[in-house]
Amino acid sequence: MAESNKHAGDGPTASAKNAAIGRSFTRRRKTVPGVPALALKTVPVVVSILALLVAGPSVLTSYWVGLLTQMMIFAILAMSLDLLLGYTGLPSLGHAGFFGVAAYTVAVLSTAHHAGFWTCVASGILLGTMLSAALGLLVSHVRDVYFLMITLALGMVLWGLSYRWIPVTGGDNGISGIPRLEAHAGLPVTGPVAFYYVTLLVFVVCGVFMALIVSSPFGFTLRGIRENESRMKSLGFNTWLHCYISYVMAGAFASVAGVVWAYYNGFVSPTYLDLTASSELFLMVTLGGPGTLVGPALGAGAIVVLKNVISAYTQRWLLILGTVYIVTMLGAPQGLWNLRRRHRAGS
Amino acid sequence: MTIADRAIADRRCCVVFVLLAAAGTLAGSQGARAKADGPIKIGFIAPLSGPNAQNGRDILNGFLLHLEEIGYHAGGRPIEILVEDDEAIPAVGLTKTRKLVERDKVHLMTGALLSSTGYALAPYIDSMRIPMVFPVVSADDLTQRRRSKWIVRTGYSGSQPNHAFGEYAYHTLKLRKVATIALDYAFGWESVGGFRRTFEVEGGRVTQRIWCPVFVHDFAPYLAQISRDVDAVYALFLGRSALQFMRQYQEFGLKQRIPLIGAGTTTDEHVLPFMGDEALGVITPLHYSAALATPANTKFVAAYRAHYKRVPSYYSESMYTGAKWVVAAIDAVRGNVEDSAALVDALRSVKLQDLPRGPLRLDDYGNPIENVYIRKVERVHGELQNTVIETFPEVTQFWKYNPGDYLKQPLYSRR
Repeated sequence: MAESNKHAGDGPTASAKNAAIGRSFTRRRKTVPGVPALALKTVPVVVSILALLVAGPSVLTSYWVGLLTQMMIFAILAMSLDLLLGYTGLPSLGHAGFFGVAAYTVAVLSTAHHAGFWTCVASGILLGTMLSAALGLLVSHVRDVYFLMITLALGMVLWGLSYRWIPVTGGDNGISGIPRLEAHAGLPVTGPVAFYYVTLLVFVVCGVFMALIVSSPFGFTLRGIRENESRMKSLGFNTWLHCYISYVMAGAFASVAGVVWAYYNGFVSPTYLDLTASSELFLMVTLGGPGTLVGPALGAGAIVVLKNVISAYTQRWLLILGTVYIVTMLGAPQGLWNLRRRHRAGS
Repeated sequence: MTIADRAIADRRCCVVFVLLAAAGTLAGSQGARAKADGPIKIGFIAPLSGPNAQNGRDILNGFLLHLEEIGYHAGGRPIEILVEDDEAIPAVGLTKTRKLVERDKVHLMTGALLSSTGYALAPYIDSMRIPMVFPVVSADDLTQRRRSKWIVRTGYSGSQPNHAFGEYAYHTLKLRKVATIALDYAFGWESVGGFRRTFEVEGGRVTQRIWCPVFVHDFAPYLAQISRDVDAVYALFLGRSALQFMRQYQEFGLKQRIPLIGAGTTTDEHVLPFMGDEALGVITPLHYSAALATPANTKFVAAYRAHYKRVPSYYSESMYTGAKWVVAAIDAVRGNVEDSAALVDALRSVKLQDLPRGPLRLDDYGNPIENVYIRKVERVHGELQNTVIETFPEVTQFWKYNPGDYLKQPLYSRR
């Protein structure tokens, strides 16, 4: 049914889009094999961001080190949603659920069951990924607004579970007293800076993996599905399977972020996986620029700063956040990072 | 006033921060510049928005009232108070506390409303070694099984007044079967748990326990569950939920059939002025009532009314006393708040007389020993008040039990 709708919508815009895909394919061939031209332009930016991140703790106060740690965790999460939203074109409004499930897994295992570090980490990532594999079966055959509604509902179910499954999750109390990562993992160094570098490592590894995924043939297929699914189907691609795998991978990376968050925050509660959290994540991606990975990472950083710093100065910081969104949507509907790309293309 | 100045001065920095994250070093040099002669910084969190905003407002007002009395000066140094809104959400409370401690470098933390917020903050406070005073937060384990050197409580533990109330309900009110309906989080579990323990030891029976989500909107499904053969209903709510519960309890025709008792917050003065006849006759225990007829309390109530045009609630009194407590400790260390360990020792050894609530001293676990008042809602001179009908003097958090044995038993939970 969705297909026939797509066909009906095929018109001059669709063919223009197809031409655009064609361009990106040919452009890719002209440059270094395996590395898209766009990524090459992004490299200096990414390298300088990473250099700043590595040097950060030597000049920053512990508060800003903590804030940067948060930014990187949410950057992983936003990039994982970008796999779905930006590259596959599947708008998920329940993505914070996987993040939360992984965080809760770490919290429950480390406090109530006194499990070891690697057990907690592995179970957190595994459970989040398995859950996305199970839920993926339910959602991968729907598109657009239906996908949005179903993921929203599933996200609410996960939130409800954390809120009302009180013997395990503590309900509204949440779970506090999660051990510090350094102590739990038996690292020789402690403190916010040590944790910062662990997070940076995870961030870089996840970032590289996701960049490899989106620049692989698999990633290009996802983009093809985003632009015109029926065409990809007629070319012989199993689009359902591609969407499913993309959903599971997004869930897996979100779980990684959840595990790191649990250790960073030392506390989990239903607040971290409610609808507000999911939609905030959605906004990080749309604000930064969907389909770019770098954009959502920067969007995540910007929103973490806005939330933490602006709220210290005014009770009406949500008003400022709202204005930022509106201005972005009006002035740069493709997100801030894509704005930069458009300017370059123009010049 | 000082807050406004700071906000203006820092607003420029704020812009710089957003543009240039690396400029965070500025904040560092600012923080490090706070020398021993600068102001004493007190970090303060309270829910100033959302359904518990009235509780938060009373919490802040009570604290500010005493600071104004002493002209924002203690131990020879000016006092600066940095206020953050925790929206009564534990996760937000933790974020704001982190900001106050790490960015603003406060010397001492206080405030907070919900027990769940208390539990969320405790490990962080402990790891940062920041003295924290909880004048309101009543989470039992903060001064019991999970106590920390850095946490001092001047309020009460959730089960403390309810231990006394359980006995009172059995012997004086002659109740035998009680149903409870309470908010589903730490404060609810611990209060109901304390009541149930002593009530059942005496021979009574809690036949039914109903739990409502913290942000409950409609009590109809919960009220329908109450069995009609109980002698009384014990209710625990606060803020908006207390108002709504009282109204719906009457609308369901239950008020005429089953007497209502409950935790102190259900009829506390933060909601009592907004209630009508539906609240009349409700009996609750707490360590304070605005209707206490002692000279110290009469003076406090008059000062509070003159300042804020409202009757003080137990939150106001708690924070007023909390402020006195903090100031006494600051005086004791002669303003040297940079020495956190000495400050927390001073906080534990403060002795104060003539408090609005009556006598108050800390036990070895950092929890108050104080009177518990059984109060009944009456209308006096056209205004509802919690008339004190019985006093249990010097009640500890362990009631009549041996602390060692008490702590071996698990914390009260919803099971």
